[in-house]
Formats: sequence, structure tokens, C-alpha cells
Amino acid sequence: MATIRDLSVILTVLSTITLLWPESGECNNGRRSGDGIDTDFSGFSVPIEHSFEVDDVPRFRLRGAIQFRGGRESSVYLAQNQLSEKDRNTLKDVAAVDGLYRIRVPRVSLQADRQSERQHDGHLTAFVRACSLVESHLSDVITLHTDVSGYVIGVSIVTIPGSCRGIEDEDEVDLEVFNTTIGVVAPVTAPVPETAPYIERMEQEMEKKGKNPQEQKSFFAKYWYLILGGAVFLMATNSAQTPPGGDREQS
Amino acid sequence: AWLGVRLAISVSLLFTASAVFEDQVGKFDWRQQFIGKVRFALFDTHSQASKKLLVATDKNVFASLNSRTGDLFWRHLDKTGPEGHLDSLLMYGQDAVVVVGNGRLLRSWETTVGGLKWETVLDTGSFKAAALVGVQDLVKYVAVLKKTAISLHDLSSGGQIWVENLPDSDTVQYQTIYSEGNGLVFVLGLVPNSHVVIVEYKIEDGEIMNKKSIQAAWMSSLESSCAVISSGILLCVDQITQSLYTLPLQSVEQKEMKQIHLQTLDLEVASGFQPVLTSTQPNPAQPPLAEFFLQLNPDHHILLQLKDGLIAPLRDFNPSNLVAFATTGEKTVAAVMSPKNETACSINLFSADTGRRHLDTTIIYHLDPNVGKPNKLYVHAFLKKDDSVGYRVMVQSEDHTLTFLQQPGRVVWMREEALADVVTMEMVDLPLTGTQAELEGEFGKKAVVTDGLLPMVLKRLSSQFILLQAWLAHLWKLFYDARKPRSSVKNDEVTIENLSRDEFNLQKMMVMVTASGKLFGIDSKSGAILWRHYLENIQPNSGFKLMVQRSTAHFPHPPQCTLLIKDKDIGLASLHVFNPIFGKKSHSSVPALPRPILQTLLLPIIDQDYAKVLLLIDDQYKVTAFPSTKNILQQLQDTASSIYFYLVDSSQGKLSGFRLRKDLSTELIWEVVIPTEVQKIVAVKGKRGNEHVHSQGRVMGDRSVLYKYLNPNLLAVVTESTDTHQERSFVGIFLIDGVTGRIVHEAVQRKARGPVHFVHSENWVVYVYWNSKFRRNEFSVLELFEGAELYNSTVFSSLDRPRPPQVLQQSYIFPAGISTLEATLTEKGITSRHLLVGLPSGSILSLPKLFLDPRRPEVVSEQTREENLIPYAPEMPIRTEWFINYNQTVSRVRGIHTAPSGLESTCLVVAYGLDIYQTRVFPSKQFDVLKDDYDYVLISSVLFGLFFATMISKRLAEVKLLNRAWR
Repeated sequence: MATIRDLSVILTVLSTITLLWPESGECNNGRRSGDGIDTDFSGFSVPIEHSFEVDDVPRFRLRGAIQFRGGRESSVYLAQNQLSEKDRNTLKDVAAVDGLYRIRVPRVSLQADRQSERQHDGHLTAFVRACSLVESHLSDVITLHTDVSGYVIGVSIVTIPGSCRGIEDEDEVDLEVFNTTIGVVAPVTAPVPETAPYIERMEQEMEKKGKNPQEQKSFFAKYWYLILGGAVFLMATNSAQTPPGGDREQS
Repeated sequence: AWLGVRLAISVSLLFTASAVFEDQVGKFDWRQQFIGKVRFALFDTHSQASKKLLVATDKNVFASLNSRTGDLFWRHLDKTGPEGHLDSLLMYGQDAVVVVGNGRLLRSWETTVGGLKWETVLDTGSFKAAALVGVQDLVKYVAVLKKTAISLHDLSSGGQIWVENLPDSDTVQYQTIYSEGNGLVFVLGLVPNSHVVIVEYKIEDGEIMNKKSIQAAWMSSLESSCAVISSGILLCVDQITQSLYTLPLQSVEQKEMKQIHLQTLDLEVASGFQPVLTSTQPNPAQPPLAEFFLQLNPDHHILLQLKDGLIAPLRDFNPSNLVAFATTGEKTVAAVMSPKNETACSINLFSADTGRRHLDTTIIYHLDPNVGKPNKLYVHAFLKKDDSVGYRVMVQSEDHTLTFLQQPGRVVWMREEALADVVTMEMVDLPLTGTQAELEGEFGKKAVVTDGLLPMVLKRLSSQFILLQAWLAHLWKLFYDARKPRSSVKNDEVTIENLSRDEFNLQKMMVMVTASGKLFGIDSKSGAILWRHYLENIQPNSGFKLMVQRSTAHFPHPPQCTLLIKDKDIGLASLHVFNPIFGKKSHSSVPALPRPILQTLLLPIIDQDYAKVLLLIDDQYKVTAFPSTKNILQQLQDTASSIYFYLVDSSQGKLSGFRLRKDLSTELIWEVVIPTEVQKIVAVKGKRGNEHVHSQGRVMGDRSVLYKYLNPNLLAVVTESTDTHQERSFVGIFLIDGVTGRIVHEAVQRKARGPVHFVHSENWVVYVYWNSKFRRNEFSVLELFEGAELYNSTVFSSLDRPRPPQVLQQSYIFPAGISTLEATLTEKGITSRHLLVGLPSGSILSLPKLFLDPRRPEVVSEQTREENLIPYAPEMPIRTEWFINYNQTVSRVRGIHTAPSGLESTCLVVAYGLDIYQTRVFPSKQFDVLKDDYDYVLISSVLFGLFFATMISKRLAEVKLLNRAWR
């Protein structure tokens, strides 16, 4: 079972190119985001395997290869096989018993210079419900997640749409060709407190205030007449009241 | 922009009323202060009336307790860890001398007010011993022995008199100091299993007067097997040769230790037991007493006397658990604790020089199964008016409890020092009262089915009658209390019998689990300990996980809590199932767990008795269910395909997801591996199970809705880089779906390092890290949104959420250190959230989440103003009125627990560390409660006034109408 399907049928069926890499940061305010890692991929590929069994015991076989192209606009493609008649039937059976469709990729580094020291210590797996794969007519999104050093740490697969409505799928042709979007996501650099723009803004405000001479005047300069008037009034009332009090104290 | 600042001020003014008023102090908050496990305790015998008890503990706390009440006079906290470790405590007169941090500092404290008199930095070298040194009946110096040197310090000023290197300190292990006021200091050292070295120093100048080595091939440790008694005679005991050895320290001619076979005294040491010698030196300026205790086996002590070179037994105490000497005036007594029966021990006083029992000195100590075995005895002796010796004892037990007793066995006070180390806690609702429960029972489902119409009517009448009765009793009590003078009306003492839920469910039971394995049930309103349960045989480094399997809501089934105790070394776990209200162990059968447990899962699947099922996953990924009744197993089988769980192996950086199979085995479905060479996983947190989110989205300025990404299965994983260089270190934040293993978001905070504290709730994660470039603490907030429309508004499924959420993030400077972080929690989640930040200073800051909002704009616009967003400012403000614990500092706060109350506005908060502090917070103020100073009189008088005014005007209008009609 685990043998590779008829090699003759290898059709580079689909290769949607979406490298989510450089703009993966969805940070607000359009601030500096994911400056990712400065690496280039010279052409190499990573195998992707899948498994779908009615008894739910994983037996992985090759689905395709993720190809990385080097150069300035590094891009990623997925070259994959068509599903055979037998596979299609198995997938439908798995979907009928609500089984899982699993994929796995080896743990490798995506950095070209690290390819030599690439060690094969295990795989990363992900799954999707087989029924949703069937109902979405094999359209899925596979994303490879890397860490800061470009090492693959996880893989995820979702189908679009992702739901399982249990509608019987009659159109067999749909289940032959994968309609896959593949992407690689590196960690986003989290923002740090933005002190510089804030200070700039504050300074601008100060300047604006400075331009307005009305506001620049000091409190006394603005209200000197009121204060003086108040003081005169107080003095007047005090001098009017004190004599009788003073007299009483003396007597 | 000026408008923006003004807006910021006006918005921030909304929160200013969060502080308590002066008359609210202590109204709904309390604090308890603890000291930790006592290592040294000394009673102040300086004067007869003194109530001081000086203690030094393993939490690096040096404190003075009131020996009459057990309250703290004062308390000093040293640094945590070995730097502040209290090595030794000596006391003379009003002064207490403490050696701190493995011989780093020598300090003298004034004991009355706890002021520091002087402090001296000692030379480096690991600490061995310290002793007070007297000259001619006066204690003037303190000697400190290090591994390679001895130094003498003046007791009144701390000045160093002299310091001398020890001879041959690379081979000889110097262990103790002895002096008896004759102008000499003896330093005793040992080459294990070879010989003993005795060095004599002159006190005046530190000159070595004499140095000798004595053969002692059998000896492996001086400290544990030797003691100095009666005018400088070194006494040692050896278990293998079953002998005592004596050696006069000052004799020049004796080159060997004199052996005395224990057989000649008709004594025998139990095999495998290291015998212990206990001697006493009441005054450091005088030789010790000639009498000493020899412990032959764990519960057999014997009082012996050395007289004219001969050892003679004075009294045999068999059985006896603990012994202690105490001196008052000229009299030295020995207190001996011996088991009396199964449930009690008796403590008696004997005169040390004769071994005769003092009459009428028995104290009965009741052994409480919830307190643990006594393991240390501290005696406070005093002279009575008739010159006889009276005494009180403090018993320290295995669970760190201190019990202070006086004759004939009255417990004067008790301190539960286990509470200084709370590991985890839960708050459980109190049960209904009897009458409420009666009503509940009447309308229970079973009753309706079994009973007919007439019995139901009768039942109804009877329950109404009970209610009437209770109401009358309540009225009578009110009337009765009102007649009594105000002062004599005591607040209702909370006991375990009269516990009941209050109207707003503000009073709860705090179930606290401590590191020593002792569980406590504490009333959240008063702080009174209502029950305690000591779990014996708990390894000191065990991990605990407390789960509430059944809440109080399922009358007549009692609430049920389960504590998973996991041994950190071997990973084996055990379960302790108990009733959180009464602390009683449940009788339900607990599954045996032969394999280490990796993960636990509390599922909402309930049995007929409403207990949630607990799944335990062992290291072979096998699942054990508890309880595992047929019904439960059936339900588990039916829902197996939708039960997922995750495991974290931080040593390999591996996160893996599993799915339950029908036969309770599991299958691996996803794996995420974060290479450990680059970063290591430090923490993984999901969301709290009892959290409610009231609103699905946020209304924006343009009246559209931004929907929140509310994934209940989301895990926040925090990593720290292995590279700790300040330019290259980073903190990683991964948001991973716990069902599908999909990495929803990954972010890297560069030039940052831990410790990272974080809170994961609703659709946000807030974390705090140390910015190693700018050397400051920073807050960062991540918020996840689905966008302007929901994918599936009816139900959330991790399996069917194809589009990744939008992630917004913003960071702020926090101008203080952080010990712990938690978020407030309310019943329905309508109230706005606050973050509770425990600061190292002991304050707890209630920080509005509004300030941690990644949508805070840099430039204010009409829309953001509409939305009430505060303009972005890089620095987080700290306002003093945000400190919820005003001056009640919580020392070394380690954790904060929040629980919702029955009032939506109110969240209960418990902060624990060395101290425990409980309070309530109102994040959106008390919008559903009338104020304390609400003017009832005014409102009712206005109401009545209006009522009468309408009545009168109606009457007048009628009269007028009538008059007009007559016209």
C-alpha cells in the first residue's frame, strides 16, 4: 500500500504560488512587521505525504513535493500527483466513516545553507476531516510554519469550505485534481513600544501651542486686571471691617 | 491632537473611582501574614514579662511573635533563595544576632521594635557555625566559623576584633565552636573516619594557644554525633561500636578519647538509628550543664549525667517523642513529650540536675490527624511567684503548624504556616441552607414522578411552614440583637455548621493546596480556616492540580473536588477526592494509577450524580476515566471522536495532539516540534473553562462590527531563546489550536527575555517580558479578530475555521517589575476586564484592559473617539488608586486567583504568596449595587411625600369640583 503510485501519472497538476512570507505580519497601523529571515532558497524540494485509511491506521504515501525556488523573489510550488481511482474510492469510504485525511512533512530547515546539515529526525503531521476534503472537491490550503531560523516547526491543512454537510458527492471528476494553495509562514516580529513617533507627536503639539501667542501668555499676564481688582476689593473690605474689631479688642 | 489629550484625560477619569474609601478598609478584604516553616525559635528570657518569640524560617523571614496571641510584632523579609538564607540565630539580652546568606552578612537586631542595630559584611567562605562568646560572665563577642577562617566580632558594634585562618583547612572539616567564658574559643574539626582536631584561640588577639588531634576513626560527623558538656568535655556517641566517648578539650596529656560502652549503662541504640545527644548551655559565658539527653531510638530518650568522669543515668524516658531543655533564672528543666494514648501526648517537666518530675506540670497535647506528627518542641520556662517553675510549650509539627500550649493543655494559639506556601487554589460556592435545600428537594424531578397530587400539596404546605418558621426565627433574632447593647453583638462567627450561600454568592469557600501537602478550607469573607486536611507522605516537590468535579449546584449530591498529586521525579500520580465544603475525604473508589500521568482533562460529560468525568492520560497514551461507571463509558464512546487533547513535552519541544478512540485508546493526529536548540517552551496556557464572553464583537466607530476570534481550544505557547545574549535573545509567542494543531499565529519578540508572565482570555493574550536592550519591562497585547463577518455564527468548530484570524498587536512600557499576572472574571462577562498585576513591592495593581488594546490609535480621529479608544501612549500609567490592596502589601506574591461572584459587577480576588490577601474588585464600578451611603431616608420620604401630596390634592380637587358643581 505504501508504495508510490504509478509514476507515469505524475502530473504537475497544480502549483499555486502564494508565498505569504514577506507580508505575513498583520500588524495594525502598518507598522514594521515580519522582517522574516534573510535567506534564499535555491531550488530544493520537500516531500509531502498523505494517508487516509478506513481503519484509521496511518500509512503514509507520497502526495507530492513542495519545491522552493531560489532567487530574489523566492517562491514555493507544490508538484503533486493526481488521485487514482482506487484512492478516490478509499477517500470517499473514509469520508463516509468520518475518518481523517492526514498529511506529513519531514522536519527540515528551509534555509538553503542549512540543507547540508539537514537531519531527518521525524515528521510533522496535520489532519483534516476526510469528508470536508471530499465536499470541498479537494481544494485545500497547506501552510508550513517555520521558526526564526527557518526550521519547519509545524504544518497545517484546511479545506475551503471547511464544513462537512454530509451531502453526497456525485461528481467523480472533482476528486481527481488537488486545488492546493501552499504557503510558508515565518514568525512575525512583534512590535515594541513606539516611543519615537509619540515624542514626535508631542513635540508637534508643543510647537502648535507655541505658534499661538494667546496661549503662550502666562496666567498673570492674562488676568492681571481681575487679580488686581480682586485684591483692591479685598483690601477695601478689610480696612472697612477691621477698626471696630480692633477697638473691641483694646477695650 | 489637543482634543485627543483631553479625551485621554476624560476617558481615564472614568476609572479613577476604583480605590476604596477610608471607611471601607477591611470591610470586604482581609490579609493574613505568615512566616513559613520555622527553623530557629528562641523565647526571650531576658525578662519574666517578655512576650517575644523570635523565629527564623526557611522562607528567609526573621520575625518576632507575640507568644500570648501568636500575632506578629514585626517581620523582616530577606532576599529569596540562598542569598537571604538565615544560617543561624543567636540571642543575648535585647539583641538577636543573625547570620545571613551562607555567612555573607552578620546582623544584630534590636528585638523590641525590630530595628537593625548593626550589620557587618563577612569575608567570603561557606558558613559552618556561629556562637556567642563570653568573658567573665559577660557575653561580649560573637564568633563566626567559616570553612577556612574564624572571626570574632564585638556584640555591641559588630566591629571585627580579629580574623584568623584555620590550620590545615583543606583537609580538616571544621564544624563547631565552643567557648565557656574562660578566655578561650575552641574550634572543633574533623577528618572523617580519621581524627578530631581541636584548636584553641585566645579571645583577646586570636593567637592559637594549642592545637591537637585525637584519633577517632569511627567518626564521620562532629555535628550530628557530638556535644560539649560539663566544663569542656567533648562527648560523642557512635552507633556501630555502641559506645560513648569523652574527651576533656583542655587536657594536654589525654591523647585518646575515653570509651564508655553503652552496655555498661544497660543501654542499646536501635540498629540503623543515628543516636542524638542533646546538651544545654544556659549562659554562653559559663560551661554547659553536666546533664544531657541521649536519644536511643525515635521514641526513647534517656537523661544522663556526667559526674567525676563517670556517666550515670538519671531517668529513662521510654517512650518519649521529643525532649527539650529550658532555663529560667538558675533553674534548668527538661520537658519531655511522651505518647499517652492514640490521640494524645503528655508533656511533663523534669528538673535537669536530678531527673525528678515537677508536680502538676502536665500538658496534654491532642494529636489531631489533620495537623501531622509533632517534630519539634520549644519550651518557654518561667519562675512563678512561689519560685517554682512554670512553662509553656510550642510544638512544631510536620506540616509546619505551630501550636502554643499552656497548662493543662489549652491551645493558646495556632499558626498554620503551611499557608505561607500555597500552590494552587479554587473557590467553591457554599451550599444552600437547610430551608432552601428543602424547597429544592420538593421540586426535584424524582419527587414529581413518584408522588401523587395530595402528597405534593402537603409537601408544599410543610415546606412553606418551614420557611415561615425560619423567617420568624430570623425576626426574633433581629429583635433580640437590637435590644442588646451594640458592643456585645458579635459578628456571626462563621462555623462549618452555619455555612450558607449569601444572596449574591459573595462568600465562597477557598480551597487552598499547600506545598507541604496540607489542604485548607477558608471562608472567603472572614479568612477563618474552616477545615484542614493533612495528606501524609507527600514528596516535597510534588505537583498539584485541583479540579472541581461537581459544584455545589447539584443538591442533594455534595460538591466534589479532586486533587491530582504528582511526584515530579518519578511522575507517578495519585488522586485525593474530597468534599470542598467540609474537607472530608470522599468514599468514592479512586482508580489506581500505575503509570505516570501526563495530562488531565475535565469533560462536561456528567454521570447520573452530576460529577464531571475526569480523563487521565498516562505515558503510554492510555486513558483512564474517573468516575468510570457504565453510563459514563457509554457516553465517552458516543462522543469519543470529538474528544481531543494535547500533550506538551518541553524537553523535546514537542506539542502533540491526540484523539480519543471508542475503546479509550488514543491516536496521534498532529505534531508541532519547536527545535530545542533555538528555543525552549516555557509555558502553555489555554483559556479558563468558566469564562464567559458576553459580546461576540466590537462595535466600531462607523457602526460596523469587528467580530472576535473566540476559539475555546486556542493554546498560547511561550518560548524563550536558548541564546541569552541581549542582542540575540528573543521570546516567542505561538497561538496553536489545540484540536487541529494549526499554528494560528506566531510572533517573535526580539531582544527580549523572560521571565514571561501572560494571561490568555477571550480573544486576547497579554504577556510581559523583559526588554534586554532597553532594560525595562514591557507589556504586549495580541488580539484576534475574525473580521467584519463571522464564518459560522452559531457554533465554533476548530475543524471548520478555514480562514486565519486577523491579529493585532501593540506593546507598552511598564514602569515596574512584575511578579504575577491574572485577569478579572465575572459571572456573565459583561463587566469590562481588568488585569491584576502583582508587583514585587507587594502591591496589586488593577489595570484596565482598555489600556491594553492594540487598536489604540496613534492619531485620533472622529471614529476612534466614537469608539472610546484611548490614544496610544508608549508608557503604561500606574495610578496609586489602582492599587486594590492600598497599604495591605502581599509579600512575595506568587499567584492571584480570580473567581466570579453572583453579582455581575463583582469579582473575587485572592492573592497569595507569603501572605494571603482576599478582596473584591469592581472593574466597571458597582453598577448593579446601591452605594453604601445611599440615602434611603431621602428617597423614601420623597416617595411618601409625593404619595400624600397626590392624595391631598386629589381630595382638594374633588372638593373644588363639588363646590363648582353647586355653583
